[in-house]
Order: sequence, then structure tokens, then C-alpha cells
Amino acid sequence: MQITVTVNGTAHTREVEPRLLLVHFLRDELRLTGTHWGCDTSNCGVCVVQLDGQPVKSCTVLAVMADGREVRTVEGLARGAELDPIQQGFSDKHGLQCGFCTPGMMMTCRALLDRNPDPSDTEIRVAISGQICRCTGYENIVRSVHAAAEIERAAQEVHQ
Amino acid sequence: MQVPAQFDYERATGVAHAIALLTRYGPESRLVAGGHSLIPMMKLRIANPETLIDINDLDELKGISIASADGADALRIGAMVRHTELLESPLAVEHFPILVDAERVIADPVVRNRGTIGGSLCQADPSEDLSAAFTALHAVAVIEGADGRREVSAREFHTGPYQTVVGDAEILVEVRVPIRPGSGSAYEKVERRVGDWAVAAGGAALWLDADTITEVGIGLTAVGAEHFCAAQAEDYLRGGPVTEERFVEAGRIAAEHVRPTADQRGPEDYKRHLAGELTTRALRRAAARAQHGTEA
Ligand SMILES: Cc1cc2nc3c(=O)[nH]c(=O)nc-3n(C[C@H](O)[C@H](O)[C@H](O)COP(=O)(O)OP(=O)(O)OC[C@H]3O[C@@H](n4cnc5c(N)ncnc54)[C@H](O)[C@@H]3O)c2cc1C
Ligand code: FES
Ligand code: FES
Repeated sequence: MQITVTVNGTAHTREVEPRLLLVHFLRDELRLTGTHWGCDTSNCGVCVVQLDGQPVKSCTVLAVMADGREVRTVEGLARGAELDPIQQGFSDKHGLQCGFCTPGMMMTCRALLDRNPDPSDTEIRVAISGQICRCTGYENIVRSVHAAAEIERAAQEVHQ
Repeated sequence: MQVPAQFDYERATGVAHAIALLTRYGPESRLVAGGHSLIPMMKLRIANPETLIDINDLDELKGISIASADGADALRIGAMVRHTELLESPLAVEHFPILVDAERVIADPVVRNRGTIGGSLCQADPSEDLSAAFTALHAVAVIEGADGRREVSAREFHTGPYQTVVGDAEILVEVRVPIRPGSGSAYEKVERRVGDWAVAAGGAALWLDADTITEVGIGLTAVGAEHFCAAQAEDYLRGGPVTEERFVEAGRIAAEHVRPTADQRGPEDYKRHLAGELTTRALRRAAARAQHGTEA
């Protein structure tokens, strides 16, 4: 069937089988391979994207269910050469090593900061509790999110 | 790579339309809400529906509100309410903190953004948390079919593992929890790791008149409790005073009547022990909340 999904602000129309999962639609149809694919069982969180602003596990969403809706992926974070504060935070604080979990972590943490500009350690850990990182021990991810929050606060002050 | 078998996809525009589609496509069609139980089963080919009917656009199934009928109030929770929405609902915090306790330990925040109340109840997994919570609350499920709506007690909703009273061409519309004064409620769960299904879990709701328990509900999950309910422990407590000894005895009675099975989450005797201990703990906290408010 024909679906139109808006991904990172651009509408994409494709002919797909109803059984195609959103993660494969993004990776194979649109060639947006920033969204990773891991456990395939909604446990690891590497496939997290935002669907109408909410982080969801795209290995457990059908592409047809996203028809007419908005998806944001890791490719939609940076504006041109300018990194999103969440990306800058992960870069500054070494929030990644191998990088496999990172797109999913960043999409969840971006949504967290949109709702809560100054999250506590616990709030960050709860937000990412459905996602697995085998490298960082999570410490640097928590630091990265705090750093991103600080970058955003500083930018706000400049604007005021 | 796990790929579901082929199926057709339809998007329903309203409850009546969803029922018409279920009627047209027959028993090989299935509703999909959050899809977080059904899609994994389809990927494993345990479920192979020929037609999937998406109910995510059904505004009639959304929202949490207070419904008044015949002078009585009830908390109304739409079937398409996502776990996150119930977790963050001020109405749930105010009236039935057991729901917030339970939601906090169901899956993880990202799964909770997608999974729904209706999908959870209709999946009827024997380890499902909300079934125990709604059993404790004496909630009522509202089911709609071509002939109109009917109401079924949460205690009669499940007919066995993965089975409910919802017919092939019916849809769960909402859950209603009657609001009565003097209530307190709480949920306790033991899980192997954050976000996992329960090793054992239980919830209790109490309605007090001064120190007397006028009504009580105890729901248990993952331990083989009939209808997710500890009926004998409820009978023991109903009409008596609030005391620590009686809560311990109620836990003992609850443990006596469950039928847990050993699996990778634990042996039978451990689960039986948990059923009793968690019943007592939930009763204790429910009583404290009834007497001193939700912060207890
Ligand atoms: C990683 C993970 C961990 C989880 N951990 C827990 C946990 O700890 N505790 C817990 O309780 N649950 C847990 N769950 C289950 C979670 O709560 C699911 O969201 C829930 O079981 C199903 O909700 P859904 O909306 O996704 O339903 P779906 O998958 O869309 O549907 C499930 C079934 O219900 C039917 N259905 C859906 N809505 C209706 C309706 N309105 N009327 C009639 N039939 C309907 C469907 O046809 C299908 O048969 C977990 C899930 C995952 C993926
Ligand atoms: S691939 Fe989706 S959660 Fe692991
Ligand atoms: S950076 Fe390697 S898994 Fe997280």
C-alpha cells in the first residue's frame, strides 16, 4: 500500500508491504541508517525514533502505522553543520564509545530535555532505562545530558 | 530478522467503523493498538492475523476523565490511553495511586509511550500488571459490539491465559473505576531487573469507615491467582478492623490459594512467598494512604 511519512520535515511517499517495520522503512527504503537495529524484540532501544514527538521503538511499529505522521530520526538533529545540543553534549562528555546505542539514546534524551530542561541524574537514568549501552556504563551518558542541558540554558540566556 | 507473515492493513476512523471492519473481515482479523504485544507475536508467527485494524485514530477511546452517572462518580480510562498518560495522570494520583505505582514498573518509558491500557487488558498475559490493579479496584470494563455496549467486571473479564470475554467483533472501549470515599490503594512488584515482567506482583485497595474495612480488593499477577484475584483473603478482611496482624494473615491466606509455576523468573515456593509478602505490603501502604493521604 502507499504511505506518506514525514521524516525530519520531508514527506516521503513509498509503496510498502503492511508488514514492513518502521525501522526497516527508515533504513532500507529511505537509506537513513542512523537509526540502528539490534535486538528486534523491543528490549535494547537502539532503534528509538520520535513518532509525533514521542520516543518509540521502531522495531515494534509498522511503517503503515506511521502513515500521515511525523518521524524524527538522529539525522534530523543537526541543523546543517551545527550540532544539536544533545549531540554536542555526547561529543563533549564522551557519551559514546562504539556508538551503536547512541542514536537511540540521543532521540530519547532529546525528548526528555524538550519536556524537562533540567533533569536530575535519576530522571535521566529512568528515561533511558529501556535502552542498553554496552560501552559507557551509562555514567558518561548522564554527564552528556547534563552538558546538553547546560548548553541549552546558556543559549537561552544569550537570547534573553 | 523477524518478519511477520503477510496481512492486510485497515485504519479505523471510529468505534462503529472498527466493529464494522471486524465484522467484515471475521475472526482472522485483529485490532492493533500500541502493537507492543501483538507485533512481537506476529514477528514470531505466534499470531498470524489476515487483517490488522488500526485503532490509533479513535478519539472516542482516548482520555482520562471523571464520568458521573446516577449520582455516582467513576474514573474513566479510555482503552487507547497509553501507559505514560496514565502514569502522569493527576486524576489517577488523586483517586487511585495503585495505578501510578503499577505504571511506574510496567516495561520501560519508551515502551510505555506506545503500549495502551486496552491492549494490556485484552492481551491478558498471565503476568500483566494492570489486570491485577483493576481487579483490586473492582473496576468495570466497557465493551462495545454491533448490538451496543455492555459492562463486565474486571474480575470476569479474563477467562484464562491470553483469553477474555471480548468477542471477535467487539472492542474494549474504556475501563471505569467507581470513586467512593475513604479509599487507599497501592501496588507492589518484584522484578528481576528494571522494566521486566513481574516475578510476582500484587495490589490492594481498601475502603475504610473510620477503622473498619467496608470493602477491599486484592489483585495478584504472575502467580496463578484465579481471575488475578485473592478472593479468600478479601473475604477474611472485609468488615473487620485495620490491624497489622490481620494484614499478615491476609497475606498468608493469599499465598495459600495461588498456583504459581516455576519458570526462568523463579521457583514455585519463592513466588508463593512473594504473593503473601507483597499482599501484606500492599495492604499496609493502602491503609496508610486511606488514613493519611497519597504521600504515605
Ligand atoms: C519490552 C516490554 C516489556 C513489557 N513489560 C511489561 C510489564 O512489566 N508489565 C506489563 O503488564 N506489561 C508489560 N509489557 C506489555 C505492554 O504493557 C504492552 O504495551 C501491552 O501488553 C499491550 O498493549 P498494546 O497497546 O501494545 O496492545 P497490542 O499489542 O496492540 O494488542 C494486544 C492485544 O489486544 C487486542 N486489543 C488491543 N486493544 C484492544 C481494544 N481496545 N479492544 C479489544 N482488543 C484490543 C489486540 O487485538 C491484541 O490481541 C511489556 C511489553 C514490552 C514490549
Ligand atoms: S531493535 Fe528495537 S529495541 Fe532493540
Ligand atoms: S556506546 Fe557502545 S553500546 Fe553504547
